[in-house]
Amino acid sequence: MDFVFYLISAFAVGGALAAVLLKNLVHAALALTIAFFGLALLFLRLDAQFAGFAQILVYVGAVAILVVFAILLTKGSEVPKEGVFSKSWFAGLAISAGVFAVLAWAVLQAAPSLPNETAAPAVTVNDIGNALMSRYVLPLEIIAVLLTAALLGAVIVAMHEKAGPKQSAGAPGPSLLGTGERRNS
Amino acid sequence: MTPLAPYLIVAALIFAIGLAGALTRRNAIMVLIGIELMLNAANLNLIAFWRYSPHPELLSGMMFAIFSIAVAAAEAAVGLGLVISIYRHAKTTDVEEMNRMKG
Repeated sequence: MDFVFYLISAFAVGGALAAVLLKNLVHAALALTIAFFGLALLFLRLDAQFAGFAQILVYVGAVAILVVFAILLTKGSEVPKEGVFSKSWFAGLAISAGVFAVLAWAVLQAAPSLPNETAAPAVTVNDIGNALMSRYVLPLEIIAVLLTAALLGAVIVAMHEKAGPKQSAGAPGPSLLGTGERRNS
Repeated sequence: MTPLAPYLIVAALIFAIGLAGALTRRNAIMVLIGIELMLNAANLNLIAFWRYSPHPELLSGMMFAIFSIAVAAAEAAVGLGLVISIYRHAKTTDVEEMNRMKG
């Protein structure tokens, strides 16, 4: 393999490591964006243009922004006093190291029998659109339903639980004051 | 060595990093970030196998990766909505303090 692959891989792996290790959550989210971008470059290097640009649009554009919003809404940018890693961090580290060892061993064992097609696939976005509308039309519709349901569910879950349906409109009615029960106190 | 193996090693490395993040961090948002990294490593595997497969014109691995990206976006939206809801209720995002299901 060539120099460009190692450069992009170092980019992606370094971004992922920084995202997991950085203490400040906003910095971690920015490092996560770098990791997503490196993975999109790897997709482009594998001649998957559509997946690469979809990765940039969905992950760098939407998911990273969503993560930053969630961090700021939950005051997660303050570094907690008791540390950012859990008490059982050593067990988690050992488990993930074991998983990586098993995966790398399996890949290196199977390396001689892996598929090895060097010709670049002649697949255009036109072909992908035709496949999505013909052979994969049922999964496409199911994904559309899933995304609609997930977005409705996310809005309903994140809605303020104490606010009544009319209270949030800013109506100057004094009758609602004091009737909302305080469940935490 | 086949050119596929380095991509699989990189994907395994990113998967292990994401797993370590999901298992060792206290903040629920960091757990979600680890899960996103693991999903992306799986996508890299799918795309790499699609690229070096004998029949890339069938588009199986590519379609799998595209649908996986869509499912991951839905998962991120619902997961972060849950984190915000739990933060409003319990005033914490620490997964070690989330030990009650009843409010």
